[in-house]
Amino acid sequence: MNVVVCVKQIPDPAAPASLDPSTHNLVRDGKLILDESDSYGVEMGLQLAEQAGGGEVTLVSMAPAGETSGLRTALAMGAAKAILISDDVLAGSDALSTAKVLAKAIQRVQPDLVLAATESTDGYTGTMPVQLAELLGMPSVTFAKKVSISGSTVRVERQTEAGYDDVECPLPAVVTVTTGVVEPRYPSFKGIMAAKSKPLEQLTVSDLGLGPDEVGAAGAGQAVTEVATAADRSAGEKVVDEGDAHEHIVRFIEQLKLS
Amino acid sequence: MSIDKIWVVAESTDDAPSSTTLELLTEARSIGTTVEAVAWGSATSGLAGPLGEYGASTIYDVGDIGDALPGVPVAAAIATLIASGSSPDAILIPATFDGRDIAGRLSARTDLPVLTNVVGLTVEGDDVLSQHGIFGGTQVAKAHLTGKRPWIFVVRAKTFAAEPAGSGAAAVQPAAVPSELGALNTAKVLEHHVEERTGPKLDEADVVVAGGRGLGSAEDFAMVEELAKLLHGAAGASRAIVDAGWVPYSHQVGQTGKTVKPMVYVACGISGATQHLVGMKGSKNIIAINKDREAPIFSVADLGIVGDVHKVLPALIEALKAKG
Repeated sequence: MNVVVCVKQIPDPAAPASLDPSTHNLVRDGKLILDESDSYGVEMGLQLAEQAGGGEVTLVSMAPAGETSGLRTALAMGAAKAILISDDVLAGSDALSTAKVLAKAIQRVQPDLVLAATESTDGYTGTMPVQLAELLGMPSVTFAKKVSISGSTVRVERQTEAGYDDVECPLPAVVTVTTGVVEPRYPSFKGIMAAKSKPLEQLTVSDLGLGPDEVGAAGAGQAVTEVATAADRSAGEKVVDEGDAHEHIVRFIEQLKLS
Repeated sequence: MSIDKIWVVAESTDDAPSSTTLELLTEARSIGTTVEAVAWGSATSGLAGPLGEYGASTIYDVGDIGDALPGVPVAAAIATLIASGSSPDAILIPATFDGRDIAGRLSARTDLPVLTNVVGLTVEGDDVLSQHGIFGGTQVAKAHLTGKRPWIFVVRAKTFAAEPAGSGAAAVQPAAVPSELGALNTAKVLEHHVEERTGPKLDEADVVVAGGRGLGSAEDFAMVEELAKLLHGAAGASRAIVDAGWVPYSHQVGQTGKTVKPMVYVACGISGATQHLVGMKGSKNIIAINKDREAPIFSVADLGIVGDVHKVLPALIEALKAKG
């Protein structure tokens, strides 16, 4: 059971984010970290490989050269190896060109299962994994809240508007997992030390056989034209509860005259 | 090149279109001159009336997709329609579980980019600009698709108000799913599970009472449910307590959950992470109860109560009960 987990390394969400005023690309000047949403896919991949009694987890990520800190975190959790695609021409890639790059890298691994988060924490377009599945010629099941493997079939509880569906799908397949699907392990000290010597292959766009015009800002068929501060609502009255706060709430609701 | 034809991917339950579908049809009328819909399912003939009433002149009927997930067959049928020469200028797709699957599949299949999480659309000349809330909705980015048409937009619920056009039933034309989908279309739904909830639906209720980590335990979510019931509203939740397994996902309000715009939103023990604010900032009135006076939720609250939900909620529930 070989699993590829797509991981994104993102600016720390706790740090204030901004867009470059001229390119409108996300500013990534701080150190990138593993997107917390992806830690669930990594954990799920590790558990499924363990349950299958063999196989390994390979991480695939696209990020500027030298950005390996998030990958090392996932390697420390237990992934066996990582592929990092870095290339200056990838700057400004949209979801579809990202999917094209990851698809080429994943084809080199020939996994039984590809896992990804339902969406990244920073860009949250939420379409990349399905675009990836189409390019890989695989079926996909998105929004998995429970995943199990039996033989060459993956069984998923897929979130729906009304509840969830039991979905079954032959492997190889792409599955996107929701946050909370499993409890991601913390890397142990041993894991952190071991991660330092795990294989981390760095590839460029031409290594993958893609042309520079297919990816990055050149390949992206979309552009941000303008960024403005949202018309924000302002804070209203603030009351410190001294045992009578509920009365403020009752008055507030009454003056709205709800039927 | 002017913007003429708009397609709306129409989601429905039996023969009732989803509310987001009607919102998108309404918006499509103000963008283009011809509005058409793509629908699937076993009851599509029953959609001619309701989709027509909101402005669709034609329904492309993908038909019954059996136990398949909609993403692959519906996207493939749309791609086939586009290739056959009847391409629209833009396609609007609801930002739902299946809508996102359809958009991703369609994008990769047609090699067309897609803009997601759209919270507004404007026509400027011969271009359509989409608006996206970024950084927790504190900023709005305007974007456009620069390549060939159709432009694909995935639009969040409640971005537009649905208004009937008063037009007649739509014509129904078959739109075949190509037969050679092979491995792509092998995911099968074995069973649907509906998580029962009582009272009004979360995204339609006039009052939403939502709980977060500050409740301290899953058991204390009962206070949120009781208050919601007293106010004839629906109970919602932050992602934190859904992830923690306290309540089902169907309760989640936020970026990954539902967008709600009730008359009153009562946030109980919710700190107000950007992921949550995106889903409820459009509420007409917001009441927040939180122990931490610096909690970000207070920046959007019309009435902020700095206090312990374990004291304020029981007192509030008693007071409302006393008033009958």
